[in-house]
Amino acid sequence: MTDSQRRVRVLVAKPGLDGHDRGAKVIASAFRDAGFEVIYTGLHQTPEMIVSAAVQEDVDVVAMSVLSGAHMTLFPRVKELLDEAGADHVLVTGGGIIPEADMEALEARGVGRLFGPGTRTTDAIAYVKEWFAQRETV
Amino acid sequence: MSTLERDVLSRAELDALVREQEEQLADLRSRLAEWQRAFDSSEKRDAAFATVSGREIEPLYTPLDRAEADDVDALGLPGFYPFTRGPYASMYRTRLWTMRQFAGFATAEETNARYKYLLEQGQTGLSVAFDFPTLMGYDADHARALGEVGVCGVAVSSLDDMEALFQDIPLDRVSVSMTINGPAIILFAFYVAAAEKQGLSADVLRGTVQNDILKEYQAQHAWVYPPEPALRLIVDMFEWCTEHAPKYNPISISGYHIREAGATAAEELAFTLRNGFEYVERGIERGLDVDLFAPRLSFFFDVHSDFFEEIAKLRAARRIWARGMREKYGAKNPESWRLRTHAQTAGVSLTAHQAENNIVRVAYQAMAAALGGTQSLHTNSMDETLALPTEKAVRIALRTQQILAHESGVPNTIDPLAGSYYVESLTDDLERDAEAIFAEIDSIGGVVHGIEQGWFQQRIATSAMRQQRAIESGERVVVGVNRFTDGSGAIEIETLTMDPEVERRQVEYMAKMRAARDDQAVARTLAALTEACHGDGNLFPKILDCARAYCTLYEIRHGMEQVFGSYKEPVSF
Repeated sequence: MTDSQRRVRVLVAKPGLDGHDRGAKVIASAFRDAGFEVIYTGLHQTPEMIVSAAVQEDVDVVAMSVLSGAHMTLFPRVKELLDEAGADHVLVTGGGIIPEADMEALEARGVGRLFGPGTRTTDAIAYVKEWFAQRETV
Repeated sequence: MSTLERDVLSRAELDALVREQEEQLADLRSRLAEWQRAFDSSEKRDAAFATVSGREIEPLYTPLDRAEADDVDALGLPGFYPFTRGPYASMYRTRLWTMRQFAGFATAEETNARYKYLLEQGQTGLSVAFDFPTLMGYDADHARALGEVGVCGVAVSSLDDMEALFQDIPLDRVSVSMTINGPAIILFAFYVAAAEKQGLSADVLRGTVQNDILKEYQAQHAWVYPPEPALRLIVDMFEWCTEHAPKYNPISISGYHIREAGATAAEELAFTLRNGFEYVERGIERGLDVDLFAPRLSFFFDVHSDFFEEIAKLRAARRIWARGMREKYGAKNPESWRLRTHAQTAGVSLTAHQAENNIVRVAYQAMAAALGGTQSLHTNSMDETLALPTEKAVRIALRTQQILAHESGVPNTIDPLAGSYYVESLTDDLERDAEAIFAEIDSIGGVVHGIEQGWFQQRIATSAMRQQRAIESGERVVVGVNRFTDGSGAIEIETLTMDPEVERRQVEYMAKMRAARDDQAVARTLAALTEACHGDGNLFPKILDCARAYCTLYEIRHGMEQVFGSYKEPVSF
């Protein structure tokens, strides 16, 4: 099996205190149906818990769902901790109630694409697949 | 019909009446066959004729759909058992539903200003939205609160904040609803203590605390303790309020979050009522008189986009509750049978694309809530999928209710859709579906066992996934999202942004409060609370003592957690 046929490993995570997990569970199911290997953290995770799970599970992608408005704190913190842990190859992406200006600001800080309300799961899947294919060819 | 006005019918009169009805039905059957042929030969639109919950809908409903139903018993009259037609005899002829907009953000001072604005705009009740740290029982200066203080609601970490929240708002005159669950008993203690500071005793307080932990485990997920101690605290509230705050609703048994998390209308109905019956059983087990505490149980339902199914759901809820309370739990007080509910339009139905369209969605949903006979209503603001609502968006949402109340004519007559073949059929169907789900819950070992096994959570996630697929396949149309998307994408309205300074200010307040309080009283009341957790007495008086001593939310939470432990969710997707 070549590297490009390897299945994408994704950690779906719910950081912070927000309990709205409908989106996280829907995207986790959709990723699984798309052939990704999916690990779901469950609720109320700190950035430290998420990064520790990501490293332990050796994932390619951390996909976080944030509906609480705390995205400007949580996304950079996870990215920072991943980098510190030597896991700067991991894509940090996600979705939630995130204004476009904030999405751009986060992208500038090394976070991947973020998806707002009304996103089709197929768009998120296509994005991850494309990112993965590109990384594997480099 | 004049025969109804007499007590006794003769045998001959009865026979004639039955014959006449049979002839009418036979006539209807033959006409219906003719209609069926005409219908079958007509071209049909390519559309799913189903509700948002996936319920298939017949093209036509007639008396034949409910030929067996006994509407005198099944519908009753408004204010009378089984309350299908409404919980009160005079409904909106006496009092319109309470227009209660859920609001809270930043610090207590800022939210207090918003409340005063809403009251000036003609709102008739208040509804507190707490931030996530508060919902989970963390103080604003706790490490886990970082980045979330005052963002999604108001931060209330002690009596000090509660006093500021209701500064110059007389708590004997405004009814206040508080959406808080895991640490509900603590926030309620802050509230009672804040009323004391206004010179008011608990018996004048009107309002509601959500305090529905079962749906937290199932759907909303703001929990603190494991189910058994959490249920103990809820029964403590029933007991204390029955004696000391008889006008206050110590619980709002909520389907809203269950629905928003993905459940169908029937699942929302069944899970919510079964949770309600669970609380009743727990109260009875404690030795409380069901007819003393059941009258203060209140409900909270979602009102989603399928107009008729939502109306039928509210009507079915009242009937199921009344029947269960009277027949299964032996309640004799009609107040125990009467289901009173708050309703909120469906947040999950709002779209980020073409957000102004949400005004229209909310208006239809609000009308369904009124036709379903709700006692109070929150209408969502058009911008809530993007951020907390702006003042303008909140005003439009409130005006939507005022137009409904004062221009549409909807409140003029009670339960105007009663007798509609369709609405009555849907009401019957939803009741049957709920009964079937009750049987399933019993078969898996009851509510708490189902929660621990993740049964409710899994079922809700499955329904959510089914709905997502229906939207992505285009089977379910969402205007502006998967159809009529011209102009979608860009956000066209202004949104409210939070000042990042809020967290710093709130942490400063906390430091001042901690410095000013009597540390000995704090230590003493907390120790007494922890000690009491080992026994089986009512914990509320101990928590109230802590609140009065300015113990913080987290200190009180932690004081009980040492004995009760914390909840661990069964993770699945």
